[in-house]
Amino acid sequence: MTTTHDGGNGGSQPPVDLSDPRLSRFDIVKEGLRRDDIEIVTYESQFPGVNSKAEKRVVRNIAILLIISGLAGLAFVVFYIVWPWEFKLGDTKSDYFTPILGVSLAIALFGLGLAILAWAKKLLPHEVLIQHRHDGGATPDEQLLTGQTMVYVAEELGVQRRPLLKGAIAIGLAPLGIAAAAPLIGGLIKNPHKPENGQNPPLFRTGFDPVANNGQLVRLTRDDGTPVRPEDVSTGGQMTVFPGIPGGATNEYADSPTLLIHLRPEDALVAREHADADARNKGSMFGDYVAYSKVCTHAGCPASLYEQQTQRLLCPCHQSQFMVTRNAQPIFGPATRRLPMLPLEVDSEGFFVAKSDFKDTVGPDFWERP
Amino acid sequence: MKRRKVDLAQAPADIARGVDERYQVATPLRAILNKVFPDHWSFLLGEIALFSFIVLLLTGTFLTLFFDPSMKEVVYNGSYTSLRGVPMSAAYESAMNLSFDVRGGLFLRQMHHWAALLFVAAIVVHMARTFFTGAFRKPREANWAIGVTLFLLGFLEGFTGYSLPDDGLSGTGLRIASAIMLSIPVAGTWISAAVFGGEYPGDLIIGRFYIAHVLLIPAILLALIAVHVGLVFKQKHTQWPGPMRTNTNVVGERMFPRYVMKQGGFFMSVFGVIALMAGLFQINPIWLFGPYSAANVSSASQPDWYVMFMDGLLRVMPNWQIYLGPYSIPPLFWPAVVGLGALTTVPMFYPFIEARRHKDKAIHNLLQRPRDNPERTAIGAMAFAFFIWATLMGGNDVIADKFHISLNAMTWSGRIGLLVLPPLAYFVAFRVCLGLQMHDREVLAHGVETGIIRRLPSGQFVEVHQPLGPTDDHGHPIPIEYGGWVVPKKMNRVGALAPAIKGFFFPVETPPEAPVSPGMPPVTGPDDREEITSGH
Ligand code: HEM
Ligand code: FES
Repeated sequence: MTTTHDGGNGGSQPPVDLSDPRLSRFDIVKEGLRRDDIEIVTYESQFPGVNSKAEKRVVRNIAILLIISGLAGLAFVVFYIVWPWEFKLGDTKSDYFTPILGVSLAIALFGLGLAILAWAKKLLPHEVLIQHRHDGGATPDEQLLTGQTMVYVAEELGVQRRPLLKGAIAIGLAPLGIAAAAPLIGGLIKNPHKPENGQNPPLFRTGFDPVANNGQLVRLTRDDGTPVRPEDVSTGGQMTVFPGIPGGATNEYADSPTLLIHLRPEDALVAREHADADARNKGSMFGDYVAYSKVCTHAGCPASLYEQQTQRLLCPCHQSQFMVTRNAQPIFGPATRRLPMLPLEVDSEGFFVAKSDFKDTVGPDFWERP
Repeated sequence: MKRRKVDLAQAPADIARGVDERYQVATPLRAILNKVFPDHWSFLLGEIALFSFIVLLLTGTFLTLFFDPSMKEVVYNGSYTSLRGVPMSAAYESAMNLSFDVRGGLFLRQMHHWAALLFVAAIVVHMARTFFTGAFRKPREANWAIGVTLFLLGFLEGFTGYSLPDDGLSGTGLRIASAIMLSIPVAGTWISAAVFGGEYPGDLIIGRFYIAHVLLIPAILLALIAVHVGLVFKQKHTQWPGPMRTNTNVVGERMFPRYVMKQGGFFMSVFGVIALMAGLFQINPIWLFGPYSAANVSSASQPDWYVMFMDGLLRVMPNWQIYLGPYSIPPLFWPAVVGLGALTTVPMFYPFIEARRHKDKAIHNLLQRPRDNPERTAIGAMAFAFFIWATLMGGNDVIADKFHISLNAMTWSGRIGLLVLPPLAYFVAFRVCLGLQMHDREVLAHGVETGIIRRLPSGQFVEVHQPLGPTDDHGHPIPIEYGGWVVPKKMNRVGALAPAIKGFFFPVETPPEAPVSPGMPPVTGPDDREEITSGH
């Protein structure tokens, strides 16, 4: 079946009489297309004749694809049910559970997808049709009618003519709108500067603040809560320490993780010189030990890579580098502010304690940081 | 009792009539069945996004049945032995159970993640195709703006999802997100406190992100995608120029059955690709990262690919802090808040900017080849150079490590590259467009190079050209006007050779139609070709 026209739109063809009994179904379809402003340019079978060999081959291929899809789908279900899937450490059969599911489902889906695609592309008649777009809006008459109707509706309400209503609407409805928004916004707002339980707001405080520990100095502990003695950190070594208070090593005190470093004597000399020259860090080191907040002042990642040779502390997130011997001054990368130093001391039992909280604000920078 | 005779053959017609009498559907239904769609492979990119979104909805719904968005501390006691006895949040524990103690849970988790990566990738490539072909021009400006919004929402949806399992990586991402909020002048600390319910991390954020991730953002996405695709349907898809194709028509095939079947088959294939990736390639192995702890980060931890450009921008931003008396603006603010804000809003206005610049008020339903609008193509190349370079810089530590470059050198080349590469891309793309245009015009004027070398009586060698159109009395081709579409440049494109590649599983019986420009006569058969000997 081939019809070919040269240009013009569907509307240019004459309408057909649908009650004519001689019309084939395709003639009726064509009439429908004509009424939808569609013209057929090409509509032809992809095969030389009905039931041609080529057609049979395509049909067979599609059938094979559908059967493959079905078999793979079945395989998916069977493996899902019978395969030993429970996780065991080491090389076990359970390691193959996910790959088997993925491959069998993928084969099932590809089989189905290719079957449908082949059906559409190889079996269905090849067709080219032209449809008109009708862009650019309705007729000017229509636009006028609708436009005027809208204006008239506004006039009917008469807000323009009745200024009292205009004002009353504003005064009457605005509070209602605000009332709707109030619980949402109000519920979310939390004053970050409000003191909590008589202490500094958490924005400016870490777990090392003695106030939270009944006024007692807070010990430096490992993540399992055990306190740290100076001899626990070897020369040139480092240790991540947490405030020795309940939950001190949990994310509740996300600003508290601190890096305790035992400097080599020659580095410690330089570091002490710099610390003592600084108003805030003066006297904060203990012997050759120095402790810096581990929370990067850039965006808050743990600045955890300590390079002993160069005395640099590198943050793995955006590669800010801090000079350990110079008050952890940033020397490269996007960080602008040094890491706060924790003032150190050893208590009567020989464990590290913090003399006070950090003297600088810990963590990423913000507008009103003192 | 008398049996009523039922004419079964008449039943469908009767039912259809009954439905139409009640709902008046016959005419609109036929219009939908008959609607004509143009076809081109590049129109499938939007569909990939659509189909992966559907896969996301299906797999995501499965995940919600097992996931527990709670930050309550629990002790792990599941099948993964190495983490037994470790305290963690209930969210992380439930994500672990999904991976190890729910049959097929890991497969669906991985499918969800791969579908998410594919979704955003498809959005970006689809956006590129709409941009470079000028599909965003009047009357489709609104759909372009909706598209840009979809990208931003896709980004947020991905980020909230990434944060949910509360593993080592997602916690680090959240920490940076909180720092970005803090960096906003004046309101920063208030915004962060509002989002996290106080000091970071608090114990609300997973629950809040959860509701955003499974309800709020998907609902908006779904609504916008519906409007987006609905507008494509209403305004009819653009088409490439070509034979019979004009600005006022659509040349293609009917929606039913061919177009819809092709879409269905393509959907199944996209679905299959996602299933295959989910089965074979591990993604986001949270058990290796461990539960989030503020003190730990695994180095070389990368975010999902579509967040890497953000990370890259943060890395190369110099440490410029602005001090205003007692207050200050941290450098984080510029790339993360201003940068992301500009990147997702300025492009929305591009259609209007371009129309304004060219005083173009016309309706455009025919696409443009990128080479035919060098300025736009160059702007696009510039934007993509920026995006790709920033994304690469998001992995600059990995690159430095792999190629033994110092990190500082990497960061510096990142900074310089970000300034130099986009203008360079602009310039190169512009020149390439002009070059391609020129070549097209040359072929139209002189014909296709045949590769046949001929020796003239004078001893000179010339290449024989096959003219694409008629020739004048001297055998010189009459120049053909450019039709905005592919100009055949190889002899097999004009039907002189059989197609080089045979069909996929059975031989191609008809040679593919050679794309021809409108206004160009059909390509003539081999017999009436004549050699021209004069060269140019
Ligand atoms: C959620 C993500 C998205 C989905 C599911 C989606 C889906 C689609 C689909 C199915 C089409 C029709 C087929 C095609 O032309 O590819 C389309 C067209 C379009 N899309 Fe998107 N899209 C998404 C995002 C975007 C984005 C990010 C942009 C650009 C900023 C965009 C701009 C457009 C435009 C202008 C069209 C009309 C194209 C034409 O008629 O030639 N879309 N979209
Ligand atoms: S968080 Fe440390 S460099 Fe960005």
